[in-house]
Amino acid sequence: MAQSHATDLGQGSKATPLLAVRDITKRFGTFTANDRVTLDLAAGEIHALLGENGAGKSTLVKMLYGILEPTEGDILWQGAPIRLADPNAARALGIGMVFQHFSLFENLTVAENIALVMPSEVKLDDAPAKIAEISRAYGMGLEPSRPVWTLSAGERQRIEIARCLLQDPKVLILDEPTSVLTPQEAEKLFETLERLKAEGRALLYISHHLEEVQRLCDRATILRLGKVVGTCNPRAETPRSLAALMVGSEIKEVKPAGAHALGKERLVVSNLSLPSPELHGVALKNVSAAVKGGEIFGVAGVAGNGQSEFFAALSGETLAREPNAIVIDGSPVGAMGIAVRRALNAGFVPEERNGHAAAPDFTLSDNIVLSSHASAGMTRAGFINAKLAKEKARAVITSFDVRAAAPDPPARTLSGGNLQKFVVGREILRDPSVLVINQPTWGVDVAAAATIRQALLDLCAKGAAILIISQDLDELFEICDRIAVIHGGQLSAPLPARSTTREEIGLLMAGMGGSGHAH
Amino acid sequence: MRIDLEARPKRSALREILSPVVALIVAIVIGGVVVAIMGRSPLAAFDVYFVEPLSQSYSLQAIAVKAAPLILIAVGLAFCYRANLWNIGAEGQFIAGGALGGWLGLVTHDGAYQAIGSWWILPAMMLLGILGGVLYAMIPAALRVWLNVSEILTSLMLVYVAQLTLDWLVRGPWKDPQGFNFPVTVNFDPEATLPILFDGGTLHLGVLFAPIVVIIAAVVFSKTIFGFQVRLAGSSPKAARFGGFDDKRIAFAAFAISGGLAGLAGIAEVSGKIGQLLTTISPGYGFSAIIVAFLGRLSPVGIFIGGLVLAVTFVGGEDAQIALKLPGDMTLAFQGVLLICVLAADVLARYRLRFRLGGKA
Repeated sequence: MAQSHATDLGQGSKATPLLAVRDITKRFGTFTANDRVTLDLAAGEIHALLGENGAGKSTLVKMLYGILEPTEGDILWQGAPIRLADPNAARALGIGMVFQHFSLFENLTVAENIALVMPSEVKLDDAPAKIAEISRAYGMGLEPSRPVWTLSAGERQRIEIARCLLQDPKVLILDEPTSVLTPQEAEKLFETLERLKAEGRALLYISHHLEEVQRLCDRATILRLGKVVGTCNPRAETPRSLAALMVGSEIKEVKPAGAHALGKERLVVSNLSLPSPELHGVALKNVSAAVKGGEIFGVAGVAGNGQSEFFAALSGETLAREPNAIVIDGSPVGAMGIAVRRALNAGFVPEERNGHAAAPDFTLSDNIVLSSHASAGMTRAGFINAKLAKEKARAVITSFDVRAAAPDPPARTLSGGNLQKFVVGREILRDPSVLVINQPTWGVDVAAAATIRQALLDLCAKGAAILIISQDLDELFEICDRIAVIHGGQLSAPLPARSTTREEIGLLMAGMGGSGHAH
Repeated sequence: MRIDLEARPKRSALREILSPVVALIVAIVIGGVVVAIMGRSPLAAFDVYFVEPLSQSYSLQAIAVKAAPLILIAVGLAFCYRANLWNIGAEGQFIAGGALGGWLGLVTHDGAYQAIGSWWILPAMMLLGILGGVLYAMIPAALRVWLNVSEILTSLMLVYVAQLTLDWLVRGPWKDPQGFNFPVTVNFDPEATLPILFDGGTLHLGVLFAPIVVIIAAVVFSKTIFGFQVRLAGSSPKAARFGGFDDKRIAFAAFAISGGLAGLAGIAEVSGKIGQLLTTISPGYGFSAIIVAFLGRLSPVGIFIGGLVLAVTFVGGEDAQIALKLPGDMTLAFQGVLLICVLAADVLARYRLRFRLGGKA
């Protein structure tokens, strides 16, 4: 079914682009998210949309998918201007979209999830056969009767793609599709995408992984601050030149820490087991790790394999029964809360900056109080030392180049990258001897990410033990001494970062690491 | 047509301060329409409700006497509401405080237990009043914290338990034996009655509790780590746990403050204004205080002003029953309209309405 369509798509589409955007502008109040953006999408090409967080990529594709309406400008479908009132109109034309965050019902089967979006004429009974057909045609290996909660992120993504393909789209938009995949799963996705391209479909591929874009895409349009700053052939560029276009300046290289002596073990986790906090959560099973002073210990893994549960156990937001399960600088703290662990000079940075690391409606100085209220001088007889809090906020803002519109604004007014610099800087300026940080540069622009990684390396050079949980393998290989992989709530034995390949880590991430829970 | 709520790009402090004022004006206009439909002159009603109470010395005192319990209760509620705990049972906590504190007034009646002097009676009554409110608030707090039962339902239902218990006590064991079978208790001794501030007036000492509590609460909210915890727990519970604050302790503390202040308001009303226990000791202060809390934007100073506004409607409502033969329920209806207007104005201060023609939801 899909193949038969491919032939008529291939003809005559070189002259007029399948989908084009002409001088499109989108304003939210006084903020201009897209400023006269122009883009052509031809049949049979994979077109990359590159840009930092907040560059306006999402706004643009939301307009192409009928979620947002443009303030000015035209969307052309095969040369004719169109108005997309809602996603149904976009789908009817033949525009499909795979979102970064899956919208699947965990307790329903693959077939049921797919049937939910099919036109009402199609009977539920026909769904499994159709899905099997698509799955065969694109080598997806989907089992229609499996419940979604038993599937990996890669399989879930293939459901989302299959859902789109059932409607036989001519244009497929993919938003950061590899962010939740192992390298092997990403490889498989690329094969599927190549096949879709060969059928004459147009693919708009949003990413900030430059290597990926170079490998896969024929053209790239780069957005910065809502404007198109260039369209190029990514294969003719280097990752550095692409990044420079995205950021608008040359990025400084992170200096890896020089050879340094490792100190004694400062953070020791032994046989930590915790039941899953919620249905479909992840239970931690016999997790062990030891981080020495002066060492950066990386925890790699595909999202949803116990990272947040592990972080909560390390920070003391979830308590373990066994005090010796977690030892900070010789003190058994497994059953002690986060305040006790901070008093032992440990620092923590959770993944979610808005609402977890920081309270969005509170000012930056109040957010200093949030994690430092037990430090010396921050409170006196129950009263907050507001002056000290403001000074400390000021210090974080200057040392970490946090861009804010006012001297002490509410946290929510900061952009993602700036707030991340603030919550990381807040902990680093306390000069912790143990730092646990989850996704330190998630959704942060290239320049901010470099600042944060450099700060972590500098802290480590001072003798702190740092544990980083990250899904970004490039990041882990760049700054870690040793890397372990978390999969299904189990942590692998750590491997030295300098003599390990991405493939080895990738296999562990997919749960194929020999015994699976070696220690 | 589709109506969208669109977040305003900037929050404006002026807009947020003005929104309750606009809400009050809109509520008055709606009230005027209702009065007109009932065949009375809206202008006369406005005069009776909002002008006359402010122009007579005795009614100004009556406003203060009515505003004090509203303010005390609402400041306590602000602690709960800021922490995202929806205590709507302040009426019950008010009655529990009034009853437990009033019990001491009955026990010490006619000079009993006053051999060591009578100086201790009033302070002890106030403390018992607070204790009664605290203990009564601990029931929904414990159910909420330990068993995750909605505090909205439990605190509300306990209001009726308190009302009926007081009714039974006053008709039964605590009834004045020489009261010709009226459902009232004996009158408290002067030693168990909060003194009147000015001769011939109605202002009693308990009225002063309100401004004192407002000042303390304002300081606690803005300057102390405890106030910070309460605000944080309500605004970002996950961040509060990350900060190392114990959300269970915060919940108990917020309920205790709320119940304690409602109990204090209860005993001040019983000891200062009524002077004995009756089957009903509150004209719905505990519920009206919810409106006061939101009218004051959950800030102690705002609540002080909001309490005075609501007290005007209580006093004006009493006058209107006499002058215009308007039913007493008109006051409660108006307060309800006011609450809806305040909540709507809060939303409109942060969002704006966008009407889209032809769009589908």
